[in-house]
Amino acid sequence: MSDNKHQHRPNFLHQISAWLLHHFQSLIFSLGKVYRSPSSTLMTVAVIGITLTLPGGFYLLLKNIQSISGDLRASTQITLYLKMDLSTAQAQQFNNQLKDREDIAETVFISNTQALEDFKQNSGFGKSLDHLESNPLPHAVIVLPTPETDTLTIKTLLSKLQALPQVDIAKLDTEWLERLFTIIEIAKRTVIIISLLFSFAVLLIIGNTIRLDIQNRYQEIIVTKLIGATNSFIRRPFLYSGVWYGLFGGLLSWLIVELSLIALSGPISTLNMLYQSQYHLITFGFTDFLIIICFSTLLGLAGSWLAVARHLNEIEPK
Amino acid sequence: MIQFHNITKRYPGGHEALSNVTLSLQAGEMAFLTGHSGAGKSTLLKIISLIEKPTRGQAILNKINLNTLASSRIPYIRRNIGIIFQDHQLLFDRPVFDNVALPLIIQGYAHHEIAKRTRAALDKVGLLNKEKSMPITLSGGEQQRVGIARAVVHKPMLLLADEPTGNLDPVLSREIMQIFVGFHQVGVSVLVASHDLNLIEELQKPVVTLNRGKIIHNDLERSENSYE
Repeated sequence: MSDNKHQHRPNFLHQISAWLLHHFQSLIFSLGKVYRSPSSTLMTVAVIGITLTLPGGFYLLLKNIQSISGDLRASTQITLYLKMDLSTAQAQQFNNQLKDREDIAETVFISNTQALEDFKQNSGFGKSLDHLESNPLPHAVIVLPTPETDTLTIKTLLSKLQALPQVDIAKLDTEWLERLFTIIEIAKRTVIIISLLFSFAVLLIIGNTIRLDIQNRYQEIIVTKLIGATNSFIRRPFLYSGVWYGLFGGLLSWLIVELSLIALSGPISTLNMLYQSQYHLITFGFTDFLIIICFSTLLGLAGSWLAVARHLNEIEPK
Repeated sequence: MIQFHNITKRYPGGHEALSNVTLSLQAGEMAFLTGHSGAGKSTLLKIISLIEKPTRGQAILNKINLNTLASSRIPYIRRNIGIIFQDHQLLFDRPVFDNVALPLIIQGYAHHEIAKRTRAALDKVGLLNKEKSMPITLSGGEQQRVGIARAVVHKPMLLLADEPTGNLDPVLSREIMQIFVGFHQVGVSVLVASHDLNLIEELQKPVVTLNRGKIIHNDLERSENSYE
């Protein structure tokens, strides 16, 4: 009898293709379920989408702040006021020496004559300054450090420059920069914490949705177990449901952020014009898009896995 | 096919559903299991279908010891059994065809094979024209026949039925029992739990009677001489 039986059993190749087919069927079946109950699915997807929008939006905000602060860092400059007894020629020679240094990207030499001219034009004292017997201003050099320099290196550079014999005063307002960078660091960590919390929330939302789904299909699970379904067979459609929730939630959150950016782009370009700045709003690139989608899909899978692991094995025919 | 040696099943709380039951059903044999409700019929079927484990004694199904079976193997053992329930246990969210095809889908049959076998099974229970109907639109007898089609579609070695005619009128009950006899005639082992004594008598098959967990009548012990 059993030999006769084996002739009817599907062969190995068939089983592999049937296994793939069932994966595909589960994928389509779970998508079909999404399609058949649009309102409840939409609610779940909306909750996931909105929840993921916050970390996504914060991430983008942070990226923008970093790019602005990067510009600021690049524009960090040290002003050197040279000793009064230096002649213009000596000062210019000193300027050339500085230009050759590796830790300095650029220098701008401002002779005391030029400084006086600028002062006359800008200060409003105008002609009254003509009565000065000698120029009270020193020569000055504006030093731009190499762009990638961090705060500490800038400070070292500053003290090195201060030590040079030609320099009277070397000036850098590092305090506000440090404050800014600290604030950015705080913001960065806050974004990480918020992202973790909200990802966890998404995990729970999906887990709970799948749990309810499992409860609703209690009878079906019992019956399929009784006719010989393995746990992995029963698990599959639920896991795919989680994947769909995650995928659609991720897409929605991406869409929400993109739409918000469109809404913000008007005032931002006006602000750009007012400040005459070169600042461009950073939006999601294709890589960011992929990261969001993959991440939310993985969250979906993980959430449904949690629910399935906890609740599916508890269901046994009685 | 089925061998029970001194099976005792005690549920948590102390209720003893089966006490020292020894029973043997040969391959290709058909038998009825009778007794009052609570006599242990369902428990006996549950042990065979691996829903319950015996407290004591040894249960063997087709040379496999059910006591020591790993739970991961259970689905594969169940694929050799076709189970028919009193309340059919159909899935009402899908048509008749999908219900009957379920065991084949679970076992990974190829697509065309599924269609062929499902139609063959529906044909055997006379419901080929209902394959697209939803179960809810069928009568009680038709639903039970869908349940039978689902139980036999993968050609199991053993058919178990728990009160398959419990909700049906005498005419329908006889029809259903005739279907079981038909499967027995083509070599399937059949064990039917029922308390429809008139019908059982009519069919002239071995009977095992349980009372409060004990066998009080067993035709199977002498079935070799009186029924074969």
